[in-house]
Amino acid sequence: MMIEKENWPPLASLELIKTRARMLRDIRAFFDARDVLEVETPLLASAGTTDPHIESLQTVFAEQRYCLQTSPEHAMKRLLAEHGAAIFQICKVFRDEELGPMHNPEFSMLEWYRPGFDMHPLMTEVEALVTALAGGHLQSFIRLSYRQAFEQYAGLNPHQASAGDCRECALQRGIEQPAGLYEQKDEWLDWLLTQLIFPALPTGQFTFIYDYPASQCALARLKENEQGELVASRFELFYGDTELANGFHELTQAGEQRRRFEADNAARAADNKPQVKIDEYLLAAMASGLPDCSGVALGLDRLLMALNGEASIDRVLAFPWARI
Amino acid sequence: MVDGDPYTITENILVKPGKGQAFNRVKLKNLKSGRTLERTLKATESLEGADVEERDVDFLYSDGENWHFMEPETFEQHAADSVAVGDAAKWLKGQERCVMTLWNNAPLTIAVPNFVELAVVQTDPGLKGDTAQGGTKPSTLETGTEVKVPLFIEIGDILKIDTRTGEYVSRA
Repeated sequence: MMIEKENWPPLASLELIKTRARMLRDIRAFFDARDVLEVETPLLASAGTTDPHIESLQTVFAEQRYCLQTSPEHAMKRLLAEHGAAIFQICKVFRDEELGPMHNPEFSMLEWYRPGFDMHPLMTEVEALVTALAGGHLQSFIRLSYRQAFEQYAGLNPHQASAGDCRECALQRGIEQPAGLYEQKDEWLDWLLTQLIFPALPTGQFTFIYDYPASQCALARLKENEQGELVASRFELFYGDTELANGFHELTQAGEQRRRFEADNAARAADNKPQVKIDEYLLAAMASGLPDCSGVALGLDRLLMALNGEASIDRVLAFPWARI
Repeated sequence: MVDGDPYTITENILVKPGKGQAFNRVKLKNLKSGRTLERTLKATESLEGADVEERDVDFLYSDGENWHFMEPETFEQHAADSVAVGDAAKWLKGQERCVMTLWNNAPLTIAVPNFVELAVVQTDPGLKGDTAQGGTKPSTLETGTEVKVPLFIEIGDILKIDTRTGEYVSRA
């Protein structure tokens, strides 16, 4: 690692450092007014995320490996299972291999859980929070189902299309086929999402995409959409083409969650990625009874970028990756 | 390595939905031709590595066919042909410290210093007192390279040249 001594000062301007401080204060006021309790959970855990597309950073204590959290989800669900209260947390999360203009390996997350909410009331609360953080200026929010977004901008039904249909769509629209992308439909959907859907989302506006493919359910429950197709009760929030948040109507069944974690590890094995220890604390908490709830994680650095017109995550961080 | 040629990665952009497959959009520069190209790869893919390394070398002499360089520490010598030397030949007279890129231990490219100092061997007579007008005239340097210089420059003057633009900077 090259150290450039002239890079000792912070990169974010004092103005942005103050804007961040104001944002943190406003978030706490927002949830205080809504009787949502602030909590703090450990950054380290003996188990990590099994998600095949997210890698945990690791550290060692007394010769034992620990994962730095990629989100506070598991620990917060253990609190929910025991106490059932609406909770929020502002914390640092860490992701290996994610670095670039939109990614810093360590970033700030706001995550909150609402017992009794399904997905749409939680999206409405996200709108209220973002509007409050934008100084009360009315923001424009659009809600599109994943299927609508694909039909509108890629001309295919993502729930019915095959990997071949996705390749055909890319070919017709002059989208390059990445080396190594063959027959995996979910990877094709991710590729079309980044190449056709994200760029088509209206600039300067917030868009929710909801009802993700059932195969991309992660920790969300499954349901049928209006057309009777099986989808995940999952949503994401975008500002222009930038992804800001991911939310679930949470899966509460421990057995189904265990099957998904095991399927994640099988997918990891197929991709030559390391196996991840399954979080037995979370599964035990779910077995004891997780309340019906929805939860969402919002990337605060990217929200700061969106609300302040910054194009690079480095501009909103006091010390981005190149300065640590 | 792409299609049998060595490349260096000049830019690597991560394309990734938060919970989705990661892709890398990389810009590559062909170390032989200098041409760039873009490739997109699934993040689990890899490109074949090229056996490429850089060494500091001093220019010794040219025999008309090859340009001979020596590593100052080990005294190891390398002979580079005109393709590898390329435009660097315009600025080499002797003793310049250069960076040689080797591919499979053979010289691939030579990078000359950003600034070199070379004597003028041919130019029209200088116009005294005309230091501020900004007019230029052709001149020939000791390496045979032609450079546009201010009107006051005379034969025998040592000039500082920016090798990246091929332009006169100042009298040395």
